Amino acid sequence: MELNDLARRSGEWLRGSGPEADIVISSRIRLARNLADYPFITQASEQDRTQIEDILRERILGIEASGEMLYVDVEELEGVDRQFLVERHLISREHAESQGARSVAIDCGERFSLMVNEEDHLRVQVIASGFDLGSVWQQVNRLDDLIEEKVTYAFHDRLGYLTACPTNVGTGMRVSVMLHLPALVITRQIEKVFRSLQKISLAVRGLYGEGSQAMGDFYQISNQITLGRSEQDLIQQIGDIVPVIIDYERQARDFLIKESHENLHDRVSRAYGILRTAQTISSEETMHLLSSVRMGVNLGLIPDLGIPAINQLFIHTQPAHLQKLSGVELDTADRNIERARYLRRHLNKENGGGPAEKN
Amino acid sequence: MAMKCQKCDKQATFHITELTGGKPQELHLCEDHAREYLTSSGAEPTNTSSMAAALAQQVAQQMAVGQTAEELAELDQQSCPVCGITFYQFRSQGRLGCPHDYVCFQPQLEPLILNIHGESEHKGKSPRRAAGSAKRTQLIRLRREMKEAIEEEDYERASQLRDQIRETEKEEL
Ligand SMILES: [Zn+2]
Ligand SMILES: [Zn+2]
Repeated sequence: MELNDLARRSGEWLRGSGPEADIVISSRIRLARNLADYPFITQASEQDRTQIEDILRERILGIEASGEMLYVDVEELEGVDRQFLVERHLISREHAESQGARSVAIDCGERFSLMVNEEDHLRVQVIASGFDLGSVWQQVNRLDDLIEEKVTYAFHDRLGYLTACPTNVGTGMRVSVMLHLPALVITRQIEKVFRSLQKISLAVRGLYGEGSQAMGDFYQISNQITLGRSEQDLIQQIGDIVPVIIDYERQARDFLIKESHENLHDRVSRAYGILRTAQTISSEETMHLLSSVRMGVNLGLIPDLGIPAINQLFIHTQPAHLQKLSGVELDTADRNIERARYLRRHLNKENGGGPAEKN
Repeated sequence: MAMKCQKCDKQATFHITELTGGKPQELHLCEDHAREYLTSSGAEPTNTSSMAAALAQQVAQQMAVGQTAEELAELDQQSCPVCGITFYQFRSQGRLGCPHDYVCFQPQLEPLILNIHGESEHKGKSPRRAAGSAKRTQLIRLRREMKEAIEEEDYERASQLRDQIRETEKEEL
């Protein structure tokens, strides 16, 4: 398997299946780990970094993983490929942009990614489509055990797993659930969500973008605290609050359908219309409109269009994906044209009733 | 009673409490600015570089309480015997240099950790392999000393250190 093979597919978290998949995009858990006998990254020499990379690569490739694994040397990658992995949520932006020996291992289903020499020596991440923290924890815990069979992690009897930043010490665990909350945004109730989360020290963040652009009403909820609570407790805390937010979002959707059906239908239809006919379109506008269309599909306002197809468009229309898919480097203006072409082709094909695009 | 957006004249419809790092910070924004604010962070739920900056600020504030300038300057110069990081380096970058820092900077880190997590004891998974032996941190120090010896072109010492590293590594397997 090669990196280019990934581009055409859409990966686990875009499958659009799993519990509550109309609102919950993905469930993700990552663990931060460090080798006991090397300095953390800030104090590591080039040689240390190389040795850490060697040790972890050997260990990772020694795991009997289900299916094929792709091991990528991030330092050697071209800029567009690094950006591609960021858009895919397989590496962090920091990992893409830093310097020195570093890598990522990805299984071919894109369920897990293991970043080597990011902020910590190892970051093990497992992601699943929909709201499914239980199985994600099982998988990430198992991966952690398998790697630990042959390496010794930095661990302190009282403080737990030691990390480069004290904000991650203890479990080293970050649990994140990504939600699509367009109705809460339209009805201006999303502040309610923030208030409820604030009380229990959870963080809410928007989906990453190119620069600071708006990204289609996606919000990620995650734990802030990593010390003093067990992994199960941290997972349960998020597991308890997500259904409450899902419920708010459903109520807001019901409200929109009952109280302003014409407005909602109009908003969704216009968004769909623009996406199917535009000749040049920015990534920002695309995300904004796709968000309305996604909600419209979930509410039955747009027949013959599936959630997996919409999820895929969110990712495939991002800058690095567009360039990988078209096979050429494109500047912003050309990307906007290519993006519009891509959207026309896919949306007019998906919907059998639409006019066929000749291109 | 309408509140204005902190960044423009529109009505603030979003009231965000930012909990990343330091003290909770209240933000009152219009929809556009809230959107901009919420999407300006990275893929990680907590943007790591802003997190490190907030953390560094928190350390600095905490240290400023009840300490004289000389005491602060002295503390800043303290360094870890294993990896060589100074306390000043830690508080300006928000990242530690090695596992031993949690031991040697314990008096400074303890209140910081309590402040971040509200707890000071790990509950949860432990690795099955025994970690934290003194030999492991010793390896970090030996490798650093070997690198320094090479930089100073003291090859005799470098080769002594290399032998010592190999021996320690063998014992650890
Ligand atoms: Zn504003
Ligand atoms: Zn140190």
